[in-house]
Amino acid sequence: MRRERIVVAMSGGVDSAVAAARCAAAGYDVIGVSLRLGRDGTGSCCSLDDFHDAAAVADHLGIPHYVFDYRELFASTVVDPFVAEYLAGRTPNPCVRCNQHVKFDHLWRQAKELGASRLATGHYARVALHPGSGRPMLRAARDAAKDQSYFLFMLGGDALARTLFPVGDATKQEVRLEAARLGLPVAEKPESMEVCFVPAGDTAAFVERLAPPEALRPGSVIDEDGTVVGSHRGVHRFTIGQRRGLGLGGGRARYVRALDAATGTVHVSGAASLGAAGFVVDEVHWAHGRPPDSGADLRVRLRHRHAPVPCRVVGWDGRRAEVAFEVPTPVAPGQAAVFYEGEYVHGGGWIVGERP
Amino acid sequence: MAAASRIYLDYNAAAPLRPEARRAMTEAVALTGNPSSAHREGARVRGALERARGQVAALIGARPADIVFTSGATEANNLALAGVVERGSGLVTTAIEHASVLEPAAALERSGVHVVRLPVERDGTLVDGELERACAARPRLVSIALANGEVGVLHDVAAVASTAHATGALVHTDAAQAAGRLRIDVAALGVDLLSLSSHKLGGPAGVGALWIRPGLDVRPLLTGGPQERGRRAGTENVAGIVGFGAAAAAAADDLEAAAKRMRRGRDLLWSLLRESIPDVERNGASWERTLPNTLNVTFLGVPGQSLLVLLDLGGVAASLGSACAAGSVEPSHVLRAMGADEERARAGLRLSLGRDTTDDDVRRAAAVIVAAVRQIQRERAAS
Repeated sequence: MRRERIVVAMSGGVDSAVAAARCAAAGYDVIGVSLRLGRDGTGSCCSLDDFHDAAAVADHLGIPHYVFDYRELFASTVVDPFVAEYLAGRTPNPCVRCNQHVKFDHLWRQAKELGASRLATGHYARVALHPGSGRPMLRAARDAAKDQSYFLFMLGGDALARTLFPVGDATKQEVRLEAARLGLPVAEKPESMEVCFVPAGDTAAFVERLAPPEALRPGSVIDEDGTVVGSHRGVHRFTIGQRRGLGLGGGRARYVRALDAATGTVHVSGAASLGAAGFVVDEVHWAHGRPPDSGADLRVRLRHRHAPVPCRVVGWDGRRAEVAFEVPTPVAPGQAAVFYEGEYVHGGGWIVGERP
Repeated sequence: MAAASRIYLDYNAAAPLRPEARRAMTEAVALTGNPSSAHREGARVRGALERARGQVAALIGARPADIVFTSGATEANNLALAGVVERGSGLVTTAIEHASVLEPAAALERSGVHVVRLPVERDGTLVDGELERACAARPRLVSIALANGEVGVLHDVAAVASTAHATGALVHTDAAQAAGRLRIDVAALGVDLLSLSSHKLGGPAGVGALWIRPGLDVRPLLTGGPQERGRRAGTENVAGIVGFGAAAAAAADDLEAAAKRMRRGRDLLWSLLRESIPDVERNGASWERTLPNTLNVTFLGVPGQSLLVLLDLGGVAASLGSACAAGSVEPSHVLRAMGADEERARAGLRLSLGRDTTDDDVRRAAAVIVAAVRQIQRERAAS
């Protein structure tokens, strides 16, 4: 009988290595694929070493491995918008965009060309049937500290049904032990935490290198009273809630409250007035096609690794939702807002800004 | 799929080691001694080395003394260019050369050499009159491959040499892809420098040679020893060179018969593909101006990367454009120079046969290719 073919996205790291090993052990006809995304030498991921590591793992497992060149796609769907968002005074989330446009779209389509019916990645997340509706839903990883469901909120039911996250029910430690037990050459490999294509984590320098020179404008830092308290080298150097690097000297703690790219203004405030009462979120995808019932214990995660906070959906027009917090909370336009009910991901979208 | 049932159609990347080369190398690695040493052990190694030099020289109608062994055709090409082109002089080459010519040419250009890259027609042949125009500027060297590795187009190097010599230029030809597949005679070609590769003709990788016309001075790239008459320092890779020699001798022995077999297999492959797939186009020149073993095709609307993977999974080893260090596929600069857009330049599938390729191999490979193309077309039509 012909085995079901699966493409496993292999970054060269330990998580996707174990994901590939688990797919092979489960009897799938596994094709390992690494993606060439960044321009040579511009980032810490997708380097030749990573490809060689992925190839070595594939060789160890006895599965074929290929490198696909997605540099142009990655530049147009991830890197260029990343730069544009920072210049617009927003805080982008390139990992979500990459999953959305590169891994779970283009790679999936190429996987189908290769005769695969499934796609697997090394993300820490799970696919589970919702106890209420019985539909496949994204569920947080068993290892809450490693959970990456935030980056995957855009996956719809069809995508979830064909996607495997083989390490989603394992802890990082279990993954490393399994890699070591299998003799995988990446068992001890350190993991990268930063945006993969930004060298040395220096986002400002990266944006400045890629931005058109006229887009880089210095401006003023203004406090709650409208007093100019400082100057800056461009709104792309800031994110909402940022405290360090404002160059305001001593005194009381001040945080970035808002960014106005049109005037080049960075608004700062004390901690007390930092939070928003609610926010507007666009391009919202709901797992059940609509917001959860108001009785649900709904929480929203506003950044990766931040704890979700209680909220209510107070408006929904089929594309945008208005959301109210129980406790005022800072929001960064451009970031993803992902809604959880317990471990289940009910949906998510892109933060437009505070509720008017 | 079992390894035994795989079909290898990537001879232009590397040919399998010939049994003659394997036997000769097995003996050579057992020898003790440095060929430069003045004892009997050294003399035995020297003897093996010089026999190989004679075998390689015979393949191209040259004198053994004019063969300089190198680490491969890449080094030979680098040596040919850097060894004769001086700063301030000119170099003429083509847009479809191998990277081991184009990149040294670019390096020379950065150091002040005037470099002209001749354009090619859509079939890969030189544009009429362009060489004459470039030679009017009296370049120091004209470097044009005898055969292109990607599409197999052959250049009339004898005619190039006579044009170039008329203006005082030296002529180098990269014969890595032609050697062992076409009869080569350096005197008939009239060139001054000629590069050879061992692993393209069934010898081991990591060995090559530069033939240098008697009397021509070439500045060495490597110094620090008297080896290769002072033109390439470093103790010779004796076992590799001996394997190269044995492979060259074996290739010279059955060259015409092998070329005839490869041509027949190649023609069969092309007719089988054309029969089954209407949207297939061949990249390259007329058969008379193409290597006997090479077929480069584009299946319209079929991305090369997916096709190559399906062929590999189906047991057929082929190649696409030029593989980069990461193993991903770059658009082919050769197809680009021949007027292909970027998508097509990524889609050119190179099928290169060898002396051992059978008609049965060709039929099985054609079936795998046709099935792969249809699967991709089906998937793309559905989405």
